Amino acid sequence: MQLTCQNLTIGYEGTAVISGLSFSVSAGDYLCIVGENGSGKTTLMKALLRLKSPDSGHIITGEGLAVNEIGYMPQQTAAQKDFPASVREVVRSGCLNRCGLRPFYSKREKQMAEENMERLGISDLATRCYRELSGGQQQRTLLARALCATRKILLLDEPAAGLDPGAAHEMYDIIKTLNDSGTTIIMISHDIGASVKYASHILHIGKQNASFFGKTADYLKSEAGLQYVESGGGEQ
Amino acid sequence: MIEMLDTLAHYFSFPFVRYAMIVGVLIALCSSLLGVTLVLKRFSFIGDGLAHVAFGAAAIATALSFTNNILFILPVTIICAILLLRTGQNTKIKGDASIAMLSVGALGLGYLIMNIFSTSANLAGDVCTVLFGSISILTLTITEVWLSAGLSVLVIAVFLLFYNRIFAVTFDEDFVKATGNRAKMYNLILSVVIAVVIVLAMNLVGALLISALVIFPAISAMRIYKTFKAVTICSVSMSVTCAALGIVISILAGTPVGSTIVAVNIAGFAIFNAVALVLRRV
Repeated sequence: MQLTCQNLTIGYEGTAVISGLSFSVSAGDYLCIVGENGSGKTTLMKALLRLKSPDSGHIITGEGLAVNEIGYMPQQTAAQKDFPASVREVVRSGCLNRCGLRPFYSKREKQMAEENMERLGISDLATRCYRELSGGQQQRTLLARALCATRKILLLDEPAAGLDPGAAHEMYDIIKTLNDSGTTIIMISHDIGASVKYASHILHIGKQNASFFGKTADYLKSEAGLQYVESGGGEQ
Repeated sequence: MIEMLDTLAHYFSFPFVRYAMIVGVLIALCSSLLGVTLVLKRFSFIGDGLAHVAFGAAAIATALSFTNNILFILPVTIICAILLLRTGQNTKIKGDASIAMLSVGALGLGYLIMNIFSTSANLAGDVCTVLFGSISILTLTITEVWLSAGLSVLVIAVFLLFYNRIFAVTFDEDFVKATGNRAKMYNLILSVVIAVVIVLAMNLVGALLISALVIFPAISAMRIYKTFKAVTICSVSMSVTCAALGIVISILAGTPVGSTIVAVNIAGFAIFNAVALVLRRV
């Protein structure tokens, strides 16, 4: 198991948002985390990234995965909307955890940034300003940055949020390609259609502990899954 | 024109004017380096808050009649900077409110202490000097010049060595934390450096006008340039130019140094805005 969560309870100021949650992810899995708004998906993501410590339970990494080898593609923050930075500068910043005490990026790391831009088809945007890109291009930039940090496991928070259907489709294709080449994917998504289409596993976090964790095929037969898919993802 | 140059040459034959120029330019350079990060991190007002803290510390230092005020002001300001920048998402009092509280609190207490303990005949003049830096830049001793120069070089060195890290924590602190970097330590270094810059800048423009040195160059550069590197370089060049120009004008016209520099910065901002508008039309 690359990542195992045992009996996790996470909350804010004493109120548990998530309680007693257990699941595990193996290398090469494609896990989608689905559930209604406020069910604690983003809170769980923060705990997986060690941005927030769980109130109880454990998050264990295995199969040679170090804690700092988890790549992360966040939802956009307000500060980034007017940030003056070129695509290349943003992508390179993903290499920071490889630097150790070295103050500057090595040739090897700069090369890696170029390769990841190439992989995501944004090489021609390298000198463009991040804030002037379209939503899809910005998301690809952040994904390229995450790939600079690691190739082992990626956590994606709503990668297709705010994208038009075409761009969203492209985004899912890119993620699928990465997964096929061996990168483990953990993705939060509202898009239940895409989730059941691409994911190998589903983690459904429901209110009143109506949770589900298992293979996608089993999810589609489960009660939680049937209801959720039927309702089109709860909120659409 | 030749008359003006003669006047300038005459003034620059005095060592204290040369000191003022050197220190002024170095301070402008340091403050604009950090300005970009502070503006982008939504901490534009932190310079103001810390300057007021430094004012309060200066008042206490005067009351206790320390021989070298800066050795007391600097640590106090650094501690406050660390406390302010540390307060991220998980505090009861939000960032802007805590800065405002600290800022007016230190200002009020500082003035009170100066009033109670001051032995000077010209209290109003003293306060005015600390707040608007009217003459302190021209009364630097050689020790203070070396101290300022040393601290400036330190600030520049730290900024260059941590350039990539400063960029990363400014752009996305969570990502830096999540991928196993020491974001907290980078923030700590940033707060210490900011405090040093503020204490230095108090000499040049005084406590009330420091924010101008931090904000104007950064905002102006962001109007035209689109990459972090270009914005940083541009804001440094603009800040240095404005400071040098401001000092020269203040000598020629006999105006207060600090407010003249701020006025030149405002003019610079207007020019950058105009250029940005023209560029957008083309």
